[in-house]
Amino acid sequence: MTVILRWLTGFGRFWYGFIVGDDWTVAATVTAALAATWLLHTAGVAAWWLPPAAAAAVVGVSLRRTG
Amino acid sequence: MSHSSVFAVAFLGAAVEVIEMVIIVVGVGSIRGWRSTWLGAGAGLGVLAVLVLAFGTALQAVPIGVLRVVIGFLLLVFGLQWLRKGIRRVSVNGLRGMGDRNAPAEGIPASGMDWTAFVLSFKGVLLEGLEVAFIVVSVGLAGQALDTAAVGAAAAFVVLAGAGLLARGVVQRIPRSALQLVVGTLLSSFGTFWAVQGLGIGWPGEDAAIPGLVGWYLLVAAGYVALLRRETHRPALPEVAR
Repeated sequence: MTVILRWLTGFGRFWYGFIVGDDWTVAATVTAALAATWLLHTAGVAAWWLPPAAAAAVVGVSLRRTG
Repeated sequence: MSHSSVFAVAFLGAAVEVIEMVIIVVGVGSIRGWRSTWLGAGAGLGVLAVLVLAFGTALQAVPIGVLRVVIGFLLLVFGLQWLRKGIRRVSVNGLRGMGDRNAPAEGIPASGMDWTAFVLSFKGVLLEGLEVAFIVVSVGLAGQALDTAAVGAAAAFVVLAGAGLLARGVVQRIPRSALQLVVGTLLSSFGTFWAVQGLGIGWPGEDAAIPGLVGWYLLVAAGYVALLRRETHRPALPEVAR
């Protein structure tokens, strides 16, 4: 039981580090940008430009937060 | 379609996907080390082989859109973290460490499996491999020459994977301080491309949008590096006498 629990904790910690890392705003912004892109697409608006624009913006924000 | 046409279409279609696969594996291996990267690539090929054997021509039933969104999202969030670290490193150190293979890299375990390298390599190989398998099935069935399409795709894999192995030397000539920025740029570009494509949204120019995304992220990185360097080197303002 302890071994399984330790493995699960390590597994969860790995994915947390992989996705969230040291700044949660990156994953949150990418998630929000993809959701907004899909919503705009379903409304008939061309939105392929939104994720790259949001990614560029969040890198700047993250540089400030972790600087 | 003649057999030579099926071969050519499968070769060229697969070549585009294999180039993407090789770029990810070589980039990750150059930064994180090769052992875990090769294991991840091997595991990706293994899972792909199982899927191909299990599904055969019914492989097109695999929900590739969902896979693209999930893998694209993961590559994008991880790629942006590397891009940010690379920007900071280049803004502080400039382009140093040319060919310095022993330069310390952040967060890499001294021994045992590097799961980050494993996962990045695994996902890149599995997704691109699946896309190659789809090309083989669709081109092979359309041309009624499945074997020829498979040989064409296999030839593309051998040629481009070989070229990727040779390119390792070139990649290691990139200054260490810039390598994380370059690989972060590539992961972010592929991640953005796949995630948006997985949502069912077409890119202008289709696969040709990838170099455009790479150029965009390099431009963004260059802008932030310039901004950070200007802030670092800005002389302190003299105190105003009261």
